[in-house]
Amino acid sequence: MNAVLLIEQVLNGLQLGVMLFLMSAGLTLIFGVMGLINLAHGSLYMIGAFAAAAVAGATGSFVLGLGAALAAAAAAGALVEVTVIRRLYDRDHLDQVLATFALILIFSEGTRWLFGSFPLFLDIPDALRGPASLPLGIEYPRYRLTIILAGLAVAAGLFLLIAKTRIGIRIRAGEADREMIAALGVDISKLYTLVFALGAALAGLAGALVGAIQSVQVGMGEPVLILAFVVIVIGGIGSIRGAFVASILVGLTDTLGRFLLPIAFGTFMDPSQANLIGTALASMAIYILMAAVLVFRPTGLFGAAT
Amino acid sequence: MTEPVLTIEGVSKRFGAVEAARGVTLDLRPGEIHALIGPNGAGKSTLIGLTAGTIAPDAGRVALAGRDVTALDAVGRARSGLGRTFQISSLAMEHSVLQNAVLGALGRSGRVMRLFGNVMRDRDLTERAAAALERVGLADQARRRVADLSHGQRRQLEVAVALTLEPKAFLMDEPMAGLGAEGTASLTAFLDTLRGEAPILLVEHDMDAVFALADRISVLVYGQVIATGTADDIRRDPAVREAYLGEDAA
Amino acid sequence: MIREPILNAVIMAALLAVPLWALWAGEPFTITLATRAAILALAAVGLNIALGLGGLVSLGHAAFFGIGGYAMGILAHHAQTYTPLMEAPFLIEGTKSMPVIWLTAIVAASLAALLIGALSLRTTGVYFIMITLAFGQMLYYFAISWPTYGGEDGLSIYVRNDFPGLNTLRPFPFFAISYVALAVGLFLSWRIAKSPFGLALSAARQNEARVRTVGMDPYRLRLTAFVISGAITGLAGALFADLNRFVSPTMFSWQMSGEFIVFIILGGTARLFGPVVGACLFVILEHWLGGLSDYWLVFLGAILLLVVLFARGGVIGALAGREATHD
Repeated sequence: MNAVLLIEQVLNGLQLGVMLFLMSAGLTLIFGVMGLINLAHGSLYMIGAFAAAAVAGATGSFVLGLGAALAAAAAAGALVEVTVIRRLYDRDHLDQVLATFALILIFSEGTRWLFGSFPLFLDIPDALRGPASLPLGIEYPRYRLTIILAGLAVAAGLFLLIAKTRIGIRIRAGEADREMIAALGVDISKLYTLVFALGAALAGLAGALVGAIQSVQVGMGEPVLILAFVVIVIGGIGSIRGAFVASILVGLTDTLGRFLLPIAFGTFMDPSQANLIGTALASMAIYILMAAVLVFRPTGLFGAAT
Repeated sequence: MTEPVLTIEGVSKRFGAVEAARGVTLDLRPGEIHALIGPNGAGKSTLIGLTAGTIAPDAGRVALAGRDVTALDAVGRARSGLGRTFQISSLAMEHSVLQNAVLGALGRSGRVMRLFGNVMRDRDLTERAAAALERVGLADQARRRVADLSHGQRRQLEVAVALTLEPKAFLMDEPMAGLGAEGTASLTAFLDTLRGEAPILLVEHDMDAVFALADRISVLVYGQVIATGTADDIRRDPAVREAYLGEDAA
Repeated sequence: MIREPILNAVIMAALLAVPLWALWAGEPFTITLATRAAILALAAVGLNIALGLGGLVSLGHAAFFGIGGYAMGILAHHAQTYTPLMEAPFLIEGTKSMPVIWLTAIVAASLAALLIGALSLRTTGVYFIMITLAFGQMLYYFAISWPTYGGEDGLSIYVRNDFPGLNTLRPFPFFAISYVALAVGLFLSWRIAKSPFGLALSAARQNEARVRTVGMDPYRLRLTAFVISGAITGLAGALFADLNRFVSPTMFSWQMSGEFIVFIILGGTARLFGPVVGACLFVILEHWLGGLSDYWLVFLGAILLLVVLFARGGVIGALAGREATHD
């Protein structure tokens, strides 16, 4: 096995991990603060990707595209929060699941209506094309490297936001006790809209960044949403730190599983058979990881133990 | 001397820095009502949890009818013969009064996993349930939904469900809470007759009821039993007077 | 207000009358639509035992639906290619016999439900929803990446499987089979709801501490419900695959799981016939709105949103009012 290839796969795993973090941070924040399970979070990811592809396509500017993604996802998030989501905070989880499932249908088919069924493409900006040279003679796509760094920067910013700013303090207080902070005069419904829009913007950003390496199409959000759920189950609901650790863990497990399992089986089986079993098992690796966490820590690695 | 029905022996529980129970020892003898009192924050809820099996102790043991039940959870202790009532009514709110009582009788019968047969037409179960409702004075409410009952009626139903279990010992967590003077009086009269069936470990704030009913009283302060004795013993106990009234023990 | 049992009888009669009329009028496609509705209803009747009675919001029931589908696909595939399923340690051959396929589907789905349930039921609430969704997705990806049975493309079966004494190739006999299966599923779920187990299960949904205090283990109740629920949905999966003569990973998709829940809600939660009304309504909307617009799911989404926000009782709730507590 080739060490350079392995490092490349580790970087790919990190890249998947930071993208999952952008998705799961918003989800876990929304759950922690408002107690809401939002299936339509994947739609916000899709909206970000479509906005970026449309604006970048029209203006030729990737940066404008990113800005559009953030704005469109945040706006869609705020709009949905004010019109629909707000009515769901006091409902049971079944109603939340159904209403946000309905939102997926509306967003997905609405987008198909607007943009058609063919995928859009978002071009990588010229400055980030081609490989970057890393130590040890490793060459790695510059754009993917940028994604990793951008994702880590956003993660750091989010930690600072939650830990140090007034808004962050209010968010944490909202997690602890709704009535109390409402009694202290904080406008709770504004805070909720803000948290929801923040989560939406993070999802939109992830969608736009990934949109440049995959095709932008309807239905792109839900597989990522489900991965983000796996992340949250592993990390523990409501914990940003748990979401970060679990995102990286899931990203690495998935990527390295696909790379290493066929090789591992190849050491004692015939190659085509090994590839078959290795690939099939790798597709289940993160779910098996999730099952293992469930057995040993049902509330997740960083969740409050009951 | 007769064997106690319920024995709590040296039970301790710590939550972080708080020692909610410190080597608590008490027992419940056949035919008695043993009241547990103490100021707020004394650890009564913890002790109830430790007895009912919803909280696992750090040390000590709990025995029911001569059998060590320390390792059993709430389900296991209920099956071993502990009939618990909750401080805040804990019932199936969408079900009828009778259904709640039948649920208790069903738990007692151990036939829970039967997938066939109409449970509400099971003579044995419904008769037991109806008898329990009759005893607490809820017979005429049998078909009402629990959600539509008054607070006092729910308290009565709590007791009725515990009766259907035909337990070896009752554990009652503030059964009088929120009952009016009349309700308290009639429940007091009822519990008075109940002790002959199975002894009652009674946690209660209503001191009139406690002093009227209890054969023995234990006082819990800061997770420790500071005194156990008859009503008169407790009234005179200097440590109790200090804990409640702040009087100097000397 | 109509009394619920009468309403249920009307629903069951209508579901039979429509294909009978279609048989007389020579409209085979309508029979196929009714069959589709009956089978989807059966899948949701299965789910409703976990969801309606037990309060277990499983967003992964497509797992059992898909397993039932693949049980049919794999057995029939081996039968039509005359290759054994396995030779060692003992010979297992494919089959085209529906009863054998159904039994296999039920057993396989039950085992999967036992495994998934044992893990997922260690948690509750949102965790349970996310975990069941994730396990469903796991099987979806597994079906895609396992090439032996068609991978992403799925498996086609040339001729519908056999049932002794019936010509299953014609639409009506196959409808009749599906209708009877639905009726049996409904009967089972009605009996279970009335049974000692059903009382305990629904009490556990309302108040877990209560059932513990009377000496019942909620985990055991829920796991049992989840397995029965998965088994029925698995049987529906086998029938669904037989209806289409095709099985593919989409039977495992999360949308499928979501739709089952939608059927239950459209019809009315915790109603015996809720899933039947919901599935029929879905098939009608799919056919009618789908004919009007390619983007009919937008309208379905809007309807669903309105039902969830403003009409919680669903169709049966609107027609029959609040349910009686017991008789």
